[in-house]
Amino acid sequence: MSTDTQAIVAEAESAAAAAATLAALDEVRVRYLGKKGRLTEQLKTLGKLPATERPAAGQAINAAKEQVAAALETRRAALEDAALAQALADERIDVTLPGRTAHAGNAHPVTQTMARIEAIFAHAGFDVAYGPEVEDDYHNFEALNIPAHHPARAMHDTFYLEDGRLLRTHPSPVQIRVMQQLPPPLRIIAPGRVYRCDYDQTHSPMFHQVEGLLIDEHVTMADLKGVLDAFLREFFARDDLQIRYRPSYFPFTEPSMEVDIKLASAHGVSDWLEVMGCGMVHPNVLANVGIDADRYSGFAFGLGVERLAMLRHGISDLRLFYENDLQFLRQFGA
Amino acid sequence: MKINEEWLREWVDPPLDHGRIADALTLAGLEVDDVAAAAPALTGVIVAEVLHVERHPEADRLAVCTIHDGSAEQVVVCGAPNVRAGMRAAWAPPGTTLPGGQRIGQSEIRGIASAGMLCSAAELGLGDDAGGLLDLGVGAAAGTELAVALHAEDAVFDIGLTPNRGDCFSVLGIARDLAVITAQPFSEPAPSAVTPVLDALLPVELAAPQACARYAGRVVRGIDAGAVTPLWMRERLRRAGVRAIHPVVDITNYVMLELGQPMHAFDLGRLRERIVVREARPGETLLLLDGSEIELDADTLVIADSAEPVALAGVMGGELSSVTTDTTDIFLESAYFDPVRLAGVARRYRMQTDASTRFERGVDPSGQERAIERATALLLDICGGEPGPTTVAESLPHLPTRAEIRFRPHAVERLLGTTVPAARAAAVLRALGMQVDDRNPANWLVVPPPFRFDLALEADLVEEIARIEGYDAIPTRLPAGSGRPALPPPQARIAGHARTTLLERGYFEAITYSFIAPDKAALCERGSPGEHAVLANPISSEMAVMRPSLWPGLLDAAGHNLRRQHDDIALFEQGLVFADAEGRFAQVEHIGGVRLGAVRPAHWDGAARAVDFYDVKGDVEALLHACRLGTARIDRGEHPMLHPGQAAVISDGERSIGWLGRLHPALARRLELPAAVYLFEIALPRVPTQDAAQYRPISRFPAVRRDINIVVDASIGAENCLEAARQGGGEILRDLQLIDVYRGQGIDSDKKSLTLSLIFQVASSTLTDDEIEDAVTRILATLRERVGGTLRN
Repeated sequence: MSTDTQAIVAEAESAAAAAATLAALDEVRVRYLGKKGRLTEQLKTLGKLPATERPAAGQAINAAKEQVAAALETRRAALEDAALAQALADERIDVTLPGRTAHAGNAHPVTQTMARIEAIFAHAGFDVAYGPEVEDDYHNFEALNIPAHHPARAMHDTFYLEDGRLLRTHPSPVQIRVMQQLPPPLRIIAPGRVYRCDYDQTHSPMFHQVEGLLIDEHVTMADLKGVLDAFLREFFARDDLQIRYRPSYFPFTEPSMEVDIKLASAHGVSDWLEVMGCGMVHPNVLANVGIDADRYSGFAFGLGVERLAMLRHGISDLRLFYENDLQFLRQFGA
Repeated sequence: MKINEEWLREWVDPPLDHGRIADALTLAGLEVDDVAAAAPALTGVIVAEVLHVERHPEADRLAVCTIHDGSAEQVVVCGAPNVRAGMRAAWAPPGTTLPGGQRIGQSEIRGIASAGMLCSAAELGLGDDAGGLLDLGVGAAAGTELAVALHAEDAVFDIGLTPNRGDCFSVLGIARDLAVITAQPFSEPAPSAVTPVLDALLPVELAAPQACARYAGRVVRGIDAGAVTPLWMRERLRRAGVRAIHPVVDITNYVMLELGQPMHAFDLGRLRERIVVREARPGETLLLLDGSEIELDADTLVIADSAEPVALAGVMGGELSSVTTDTTDIFLESAYFDPVRLAGVARRYRMQTDASTRFERGVDPSGQERAIERATALLLDICGGEPGPTTVAESLPHLPTRAEIRFRPHAVERLLGTTVPAARAAAVLRALGMQVDDRNPANWLVVPPPFRFDLALEADLVEEIARIEGYDAIPTRLPAGSGRPALPPPQARIAGHARTTLLERGYFEAITYSFIAPDKAALCERGSPGEHAVLANPISSEMAVMRPSLWPGLLDAAGHNLRRQHDDIALFEQGLVFADAEGRFAQVEHIGGVRLGAVRPAHWDGAARAVDFYDVKGDVEALLHACRLGTARIDRGEHPMLHPGQAAVISDGERSIGWLGRLHPALARRLELPAAVYLFEIALPRVPTQDAAQYRPISRFPAVRRDINIVVDASIGAENCLEAARQGGGEILRDLQLIDVYRGQGIDSDKKSLTLSLIFQVASSTLTDDEIEDAVTRILATLRERVGGTLRN
């Protein structure tokens, strides 16, 4: 390589190293390697050399070009790295600032409790059924073996409409409607609002119940106890939940029973708490809907949703459910 | 019903403490709600005999009493009017603390030293009688601890009887069941039989035998008007929650508690000629013992004498014929009234008494004489007097009879899922008082006892066997068979999608009462007044009408939250409303919401923005989509609760299915709500309105976007323009967005400019420029034609 070429390479290398930006570096490239660049110009002088010298001189210039190109590349990489480092530094943000969350709401604890109950029974093959809330006397009482002067009517403080219809006092009319429409076997639950003319600290004139019905051949109280044991243990997520069944009275079941549980709390184990009523569907009820009581038997059960929600979530005041205070509702987010 | 342990143990005495007795009763269907101490702690109080009573020299109303406490004499100053020599009274010596917390010391009252205090019932926590000393009667020995004399360690069971067990409204009834439950002997006291000494009687006529088929009566003359009810009886009454009133009344109450047969005692001197059990006549009135005067309906059963009603049969006696402190001659009544008739009367006059409760649920129709004999015996013991014979009027055809029940022993296993040996089943039924004919082993004939009104079917007998054997004896298992594989019902699925959408968009679920105030129901009326479902017996006037809309409840909930300092509110509710879109009665599932405050909370990246119509419209559009109602229309509408310029009706093309808009500012002011409150509500479809989505081929060719600016009258709805553009674009217009709305400089003041972004694409080819230009031209032409839209220069 001629001293000229060496000088140009040295000059180009220092120019590349001095380039502060990619644009300046490109100018350096053009100046030395461009179409009219100094090394390119050198190549054009090859023709003036004797033929024997040309190959060596050409190799030398090409080597010089490669040397310059390498210097340019080194510098380019360094500049790019620096630019990226700068950009990364500039783009640094406070990752601890709150995100732009769209806050979701949540379902009412009563609805959540009903959904939990429905899900458990759905797994056991129970369909969900619905019915009207303004009912007639037949479906709410008569068909359920509660004739007009039956003392059990006193247990149901009934709201009447001015036209004689009434607000259902339990979801049991849905049982009747389903049994009138569909033949056995039947497995249904009927969740929903019910109404009783009673209003104080522990009674709301409107509340929610879930009623269940299973009609099939060979259904016994043992099946009823088995289903309710499984339900209550699943609902409270306690395999060792203490459960007690005791005789009671409902006009639409015979035999009838009430179900009590004991729950562990911070203060130890509770007394027995009544959570459900149930029994074998009364023969008169089966007769009213035309089901052959010698072939089929069945059980029915009813539970208070608010009561179960209160026990599960530790809510002490029934009235909180209907105030719809956001401070209350928000506590039941997923 | 309350009943004390000591009384119960007279009849049946199981080797169990009262806690275990309570458990045994509860597990056999007689639920013991509470077991309470019969008396407060009476430590230190002893029975003392009053020896002399002298007037206090310094005070007329005070007496200086010398008493004997069993070992020594003491002097006590006493202010009680009933203190007298010979009386046994409760003495609290100095150092005693009475149940009310009062500490008794050595005191000096008006110059005379008083050793402790003689106590009234109220001071001892034994009732509310503070008018005089508790008279312990002659049976109590001086020096005995009062707690011992009163059986204060006794417990009181409070039993919540189910309506079918009228037979258990007595010591007799509970004891009878407890004996069977615990397999203990039932030691029924021998029935009393009093020999009549007079032949006086009052004739009894049953003029309404369907309602009263049996009436026993007895005259007793010459009772001691000054007699007092003995302490043991007063204590048993008190423990049962019954106040002592008058010895004769106390005795009838006592017999009712003991045997379950309500009784009444009349002042014989106030009765004319005879007793007639009859229906009231129009216009008759009756002044009752509680001081109320009732007008009697024509078919109300009364006890009358020859002139007028003297008692509301089975419910309450009349004031004018009641026994008083002057009464010496009485007439005792012990009757059987039909439960159904009694239930009607008690409901009609809104009177619930101990007697009516028992008659409603069924009193033993064979127990009238027994009760009257028992009451007479007690009466002679306590008040003296001379009894006449018991007269019984009865109408046998009208008395309830117990029909034979066909009982197949196999039914036990069929209903319970476990077997009970036939011999055991028969033994249980017999122990419960039934006649069992089990000569045919497959078909027994069982006759229940007269006191059981609740046994008529085989299943009833199975329950009797089950409750005596214990429900614990029934095994647990899961039912055979399985349900039918199925989705939840369509309305549940649709509601689920709708709810999820609103929850994800920040709404909290509320549950409000289905009944609202009439004025709030009226607010929702559009046009003619709706047929609201009105309650005949509301809890309050604020809860009197079944809601025709979810909005009143939601607005109440919003107001509640505003008062609790929640400013940003988004609530929804799902539930039945009781009117259809035309205001007629119907039960329709709705979902609706209320939203106000900031659309999102203030954030470091920007200020909070207040919710406006289009935020809520976005919620509604998402809701409609979730309900598979994507083709529903939202058009300008008018609703009395909504701002006239910001109200929209939602329809499914034909019928209105809901509303959306801003609460009318005047109404907002009236409800003390902020000005910008937004509401929406739709009727949830009961059935799916769309089938499963069907696949269409996706295009692999490029899409082309063209934006156009058109100018239309400001009054033209944007949706109309979009529809026109869609129509003009035809099949190749894949998508259409309204990306800008502009009014202002460069445009006439009554016009607005809309920027539409048009996306063209087809599945089969790349669109040519000509095809796109043609489509744009058609779109512009349709816009010009339909909405007068012109291309903006």
